[in-house]
Amino acid sequence: MIEARGLSKYFHDKKRGEIRAVDNVSFSCLPGKIYGLLGANGAGKTTTLRMLATILEPTEGTAVVCGYDVVEAPEKVRAHVGFLSTATALYPRLTSQEMVEYFGRLNGLDETTLKKRVDEIFNRLDMNGFRDRRCDKLSTGMKQKTSIARTLVHDPPVMIFDEPTNGLDIMTARTITGFIRECRNNGKTVIFSTHIMSEVEKLCDTIGIIQSGKLLAEGTLPQLREKYSERDLEEIFVKVVTPHYVAEEAR
Amino acid sequence: MSLRNIGIVYRKELTEALRDRRTLISTIVVPLFLFPVLSVGFGALAISLVGKAKQESPKVMIIGGEDSPGVMDGIRKLKTIEVVPTQPNWKDQVIDKKVRAVLEIPSGFQASVSAQQSATVNIYNYQGELKSELAVDKIEKYFKNYQDSVVKERLAAKNLPETVLKPFEIKQENVAPAEKVSGAAFGGIIGYMVILLCMTGAMYPAMDLTAGEKERGTMETILSSPISRMHLVLGKFLLVLTAALATAALSVLSMGLSFSVLSHYTGKSGGGNAAAAGLFLKLGPKAVMSVFLMAIPVAVLFSATLMTIALFAKTYKEAQSYLTPMTFVVIIPAVAAMLPGVELTSRLSLVPVLGVSLLCKELVTGTYHWNYIAIIFSSTCLYASVALFLAIKMFQRESVLFRS
Repeated sequence: MIEARGLSKYFHDKKRGEIRAVDNVSFSCLPGKIYGLLGANGAGKTTTLRMLATILEPTEGTAVVCGYDVVEAPEKVRAHVGFLSTATALYPRLTSQEMVEYFGRLNGLDETTLKKRVDEIFNRLDMNGFRDRRCDKLSTGMKQKTSIARTLVHDPPVMIFDEPTNGLDIMTARTITGFIRECRNNGKTVIFSTHIMSEVEKLCDTIGIIQSGKLLAEGTLPQLREKYSERDLEEIFVKVVTPHYVAEEAR
Repeated sequence: MSLRNIGIVYRKELTEALRDRRTLISTIVVPLFLFPVLSVGFGALAISLVGKAKQESPKVMIIGGEDSPGVMDGIRKLKTIEVVPTQPNWKDQVIDKKVRAVLEIPSGFQASVSAQQSATVNIYNYQGELKSELAVDKIEKYFKNYQDSVVKERLAAKNLPETVLKPFEIKQENVAPAEKVSGAAFGGIIGYMVILLCMTGAMYPAMDLTAGEKERGTMETILSSPISRMHLVLGKFLLVLTAALATAALSVLSMGLSFSVLSHYTGKSGGGNAAAAGLFLKLGPKAVMSVFLMAIPVAVLFSATLMTIALFAKTYKEAQSYLTPMTFVVIIPAVAAMLPGVELTSRLSLVPVLGVSLLCKELVTGTYHWNYIAIIFSSTCLYASVALFLAIKMFQRESVLFRS
C-alpha cells in the first residue's frame, strides 16, 4: 500500500529560482493493483517515485509506504520496496549472482535464506546460464533480469518502476512488462511511471496524469474515457495537459 | 551503527577493487614494480653511465708547452686522457663536445717553475658537462701531483720537514649509531614517500567509489537499498583507506627490498648508491613501524577528504580535475619538511601534513618527542574526523548526490 499525501519537492536553480518539480501530489496505490504515472519528460514522475523510494526527501508533505512514513522511517520503507529504473545500473565488476546477493545482504537476509531466495529467483527467471558472469559482460536482457532479481531478492510487498522500459528493445521491454504483471498477480502494490501510452493501457488499473509537478487527472481508463469524452488515451492525455503545457511555455 | 552493514559494503567494494585493473595498478603494481625500476634501475643506470664516463679517456688539446718538454712528456704519458693535435677552432670543438678540455701551458712554464716564479696553467672546459669536468679533474690531478713534487723538492733543498706546510691533520669521526645516521639521511624521504603514497593510493578508489559510481549509474541503485547513507559511506571509506595504507606499505617494502638487492650486487664495488642502500637497511623496523602508525590518521584524512571532493563531481574525469591540484597541496608541506633547517616546533606541528612529515624525520632517527607525538597524532586525528564527518554529511546531501 502506498499513500502519497501532499507530496512536494522544490529545487533551487540559480537562474530560474525555485522550481516545483512535484507540487502537492496525493494518490494511493493498493495491493494487487498497478498504478501508472503518466507524464511527459520533466513532468515530475521520477522525482515523485524517488521520494516514494526515499532516495529523495520531500520538501513538503509525505507518503506512507507499507505503514512506514518516508520522512520518519526511510530505511524501513526501503526494506519494503523494490525500486527499478533504467538509471539503476549494475556493478560492472560483480557477477550476476554476487549483485543479487549483495542486495539480499543489505536487506538483512541471513546466508541460508539468501541462498534459498537466490536459487529460487535464478531458477524462476531462467538466469542460471549467466549467474557467474560479470555484469559488464551481460547482454541488455540479462542485465534487466539481474536488475529484476536484485529488486525481488527480499520479496518486497511494494514495487516502484521508474520508466523501466525506456530505451529497451521490444523483447527486453516485454520481459519487464511481464514481470510487472506478475508482481500484481502476486498481490504486490505496484506503481510505475512511463510516457508510453500503450504500456499504460495494457497494464494499469489506475492512471494518474502528471504535468508540471501536478497530478492533473486520476482514474481507471474507463473513468478517464468517460470524463474527457475520448476513447484514445493519447487524446485524453493531450486534453489534460495542454492548458498547463501552454501556460508553462508562456512562462 | 551496524558493523555488519559496513562490512557488507566493504567486502563488496574490496571484491570489485581487486577485479579492477586500474585500482590494482595504482595500489599494487606501481608501488611494487615502478619504484624498484625507477630508483634501483635508474640508480644502476646512472652508476654504470658515470662509471663508463670515468673509464673513458677524454680527448684533450694542448696549447703551447713546446718549451716545457718534461711536463708535456708527463701529460702525453697519461693513460687517463688522449692528447689530440691542437686546432685553431679549439673553442668550438669544446662546445661541440668533440674535445672535452683544452690545456694552455704558458711559454717558459717549466723554466718559471724552476726559477721559483709564479706561473698559471689554464684549463678550458664546458662547465656542467660531466665528461668535460671529468677531463678537467684528470688534468688537475696531474698538475696537483706535479705541484706536490715541486714543493717536496724545494723543502728538501732547504732541509725543511713537510710539517712546515702541514702542521696538523684534520679528521672526522662519526659517533652516532648507524640507525641514527640512516635516519638523518632517509628520515625526510621516508616520511615524504609514505605520505605521498597514502595520497596517490587513495586517489583512484576515492574517485571510483563516488564520481565513478554516479557515472556508471549505480549510485541510485545502492541508494534504493535499505542501508543507511552513513554505513554506506563508512564502508566505502574503509576501502579507500585500505588502498591508501596498502600502497604506502607496499612501497616501503619494495623500497627496502630494492635497496637490499642493490647493496648486495653493488656492495663489493662500493660507490655512493651502495653505501646509501646499506644505510637505508640499517633503519630499524621500529622506526618504519612508528612512521606507519603516524601515517594512519593522515591516510584517514586523505581518504575522507578525497572522497568528499570526488563525490561532488558528476563524472570520473571531473573528479580527476578536482583532485589533481590536491596532490600539490600535499606535496608542498611534505617537501617543506625535507628542507634543511625546518625543525619541529609546536606551531608547525599543528599544520596538517607538515607536522607529521617533520615528526617522521625525528621518528626514524629513533628520537621520540612524546609531547609532539601526542599533539600531532591528536590534531591529525581531529582533522581526519572533521574530514570524515564532512564526507558523511556530503553523502546525505541530495544536491551533491543528484547534481545536474
